Amino acid sequence: MANFILARKLGMTAIFAEDSNIVPVTVLEAGPCTVVYKKTLERDGYKAVQLGFLPKKPSRINKPLLGHFKKANITGGFYYLREFRVEDLEAFEIGQVITVDGFKVGDKVTVTGTSKGRGFAGTVKRWGFKTGPQTHGSRSHRIPGSIGTSTFPGRVIKGKKMAGHMGNRRVTIKNLTVVEVRPEQNLLLLKGAVPGSRNSLVMIRKQ
Amino acid sequence: MERIQMIEKEKMRLDHPDFAPGDTIKVHSRILEEERERIQVFQGVVIRKRGSGMSSTFTVRRISYGVGVERTFHLHSPLIEKIEVVSHGKVRRARLYYLRKLRGKAARMKEKRH
Repeated sequence: MANFILARKLGMTAIFAEDSNIVPVTVLEAGPCTVVYKKTLERDGYKAVQLGFLPKKPSRINKPLLGHFKKANITGGFYYLREFRVEDLEAFEIGQVITVDGFKVGDKVTVTGTSKGRGFAGTVKRWGFKTGPQTHGSRSHRIPGSIGTSTFPGRVIKGKKMAGHMGNRRVTIKNLTVVEVRPEQNLLLLKGAVPGSRNSLVMIRKQ
Repeated sequence: MERIQMIEKEKMRLDHPDFAPGDTIKVHSRILEEERERIQVFQGVVIRKRGSGMSSTFTVRRISYGVGVERTFHLHSPLIEKIEVVSHGKVRRARLYYLRKLRGKAARMKEKRH
């Protein structure tokens, strides 16, 4: 039983738990994934399995990738290919299908995804800086303020929190609880939020 | 999206009667005490219904021993045993916060005639 899977975020809702408390949940379409390739120590320098998720028509896949899928005896291919490091490669076979069955209610999982892109964001949005006064003649509404000292050191220190591109980067969230598993619908319900927008890909690993 | 709505539909309480702000209702809620479970009835005027889907709530206001008490319930909570509509009130807005300032005779609800 694999302790990892690829999933697509469907959105959020809330459900009532056993103790009648309301719990915010993220609904994920998890699997079924197929093992497409095994990375070995001899050939690749590390041990990992490559999973394919969401079937794709052969006519939509380029020839080099199609050949990669053909080696694994898969007709067609997948939209997503992602690797998971494993200790024991023997436990996996090429063509093996990984489903949401490996997860059960109460499991703690780590979720990795790509966060929503915010574009070029100022310091208030990006770093939570306080804003200046909005009125009374103030003109420093959302400006960052001073970014350092004077002649010494005569430069801005590295890592200073400033405006810039925000979001659209790899984000990992740990310790999310599995609230519900629906193997017949390939659905996984996790407590809390996961990175990314609806329909975005996330990697789920059991802790 | 539809799959989320399916999950919600499964868990929603669709057995409640229709009620709106201004209505006087009785909420039978289950109170869990250590080992015992009992049912408490809270009767009052609905002053607000908010939200959509699973997380929608409603607020009921009553005057208890001269003190205004408001309780907010999750509409789809399994802790609600049942809801009874006592009377339909005639009101002209969706949020009846003005009732908080009114006492006694002024806080009465006009009944809706059909």
